[in-house]
Amino acid sequence: MQANGVPLVMNMKAYLKPLLILFITSMGWLSFSWAAIDTYPFKTDEQRQRFKQLTDELRCPKCQNQNIADSNAPIAKDFREEIYRQLLAGHSNQTIVDFMVARYGEFVLYRPTFSKKTWLLWIGPFILLVVGAGIFYRLIRKGQSSSTTASAPLSEAEQRQIEAIIHQHEETKS
Amino acid sequence: MARLKLFIPLLLFIALAGFLYQGIYDKDDSLTSALLNKPFPAFSLPTVQSVETNIGKQELLGEAALVNVWATWCPSCQVEHPYLLKLAQQGVKIIGVNYKDDRAAAQQWLIKLKNPYVFSIFDQKGRLGMDLGVYGAPETYLIDREGTIRYKHVGVVDEQVWLTKIKPKYDALNTKKAEPVQQNAG
Repeated sequence: MQANGVPLVMNMKAYLKPLLILFITSMGWLSFSWAAIDTYPFKTDEQRQRFKQLTDELRCPKCQNQNIADSNAPIAKDFREEIYRQLLAGHSNQTIVDFMVARYGEFVLYRPTFSKKTWLLWIGPFILLVVGAGIFYRLIRKGQSSSTTASAPLSEAEQRQIEAIIHQHEETKS
Repeated sequence: MARLKLFIPLLLFIALAGFLYQGIYDKDDSLTSALLNKPFPAFSLPTVQSVETNIGKQELLGEAALVNVWATWCPSCQVEHPYLLKLAQQGVKIIGVNYKDDRAAAQQWLIKLKNPYVFSIFDQKGRLGMDLGVYGAPETYLIDREGTIRYKHVGVVDEQVWLTKIKPKYDALNTKKAEPVQQNAG
């Protein structure tokens, strides 16, 4: 049994190394081919950062639940190229965003500006929070007040009644 | 009364669920144009037919017109093409924007399927398309005679779209300038 087992393990080890090499090299090849789809060479890290930020925050008008960094739609590619072009031309983030909004509307902003149309979107969650807290507070107050009424002092007649009941109960026990 | 109050969360839930449910089946993801009631963007581009001629915005002016964004790679454009021909026959001025296309293929298309356009602007890089806010062909814009964008339709223009959505606005633009309306309306 053991004599049989050892060469098998050795065999596996022999296979493992080339497999590992294949795996690692193919990973390298994969990431290389990904990078080849879209390469935008930047002069500075700051430009690369801003490109990333802009493509993350602008929304693809065609594939509406993706940002344009994420989307393969031709229009998203056009957006990326335009952003790249304007970045190199030295335009500010605001100029680039305004450029896109002027053509495609507020829709392209994943972080919409605060306006008459979007105020509910921005402060809605806080309104709900306040309303929720209000309801919660009232419920708690109600619970407290009902327990205080229950512990109000008993009248003399009630006191006597209770004593009678307790007394009766003790008698049946013994 | 206090008992009925208990149903408030349930009612809220039903309302919310209903709202979200109809959102699932709302297939209309077309966006209203950001350029609505704004001037058509300026451009200087050749036409599909000729490399030499440079067309500018002034060629669009004079009467209300449709500007139709099309391409040979766009299947829906082929679907709406016969109806555009019909509209052109009725006297509607249609200007084409050939969007990110191959010139030879576009010329072939116009020969094979016939040409409803007064001319087709050759927007190979999609630059005019971006200035217009085009995000997919076909798109059809209605512009008035001063070149202001009055309406945008994303998707195929068929009889129903034309009659219910575009024609009323088109007619309204034309009644201001009386003569060509009557013959167009028929």
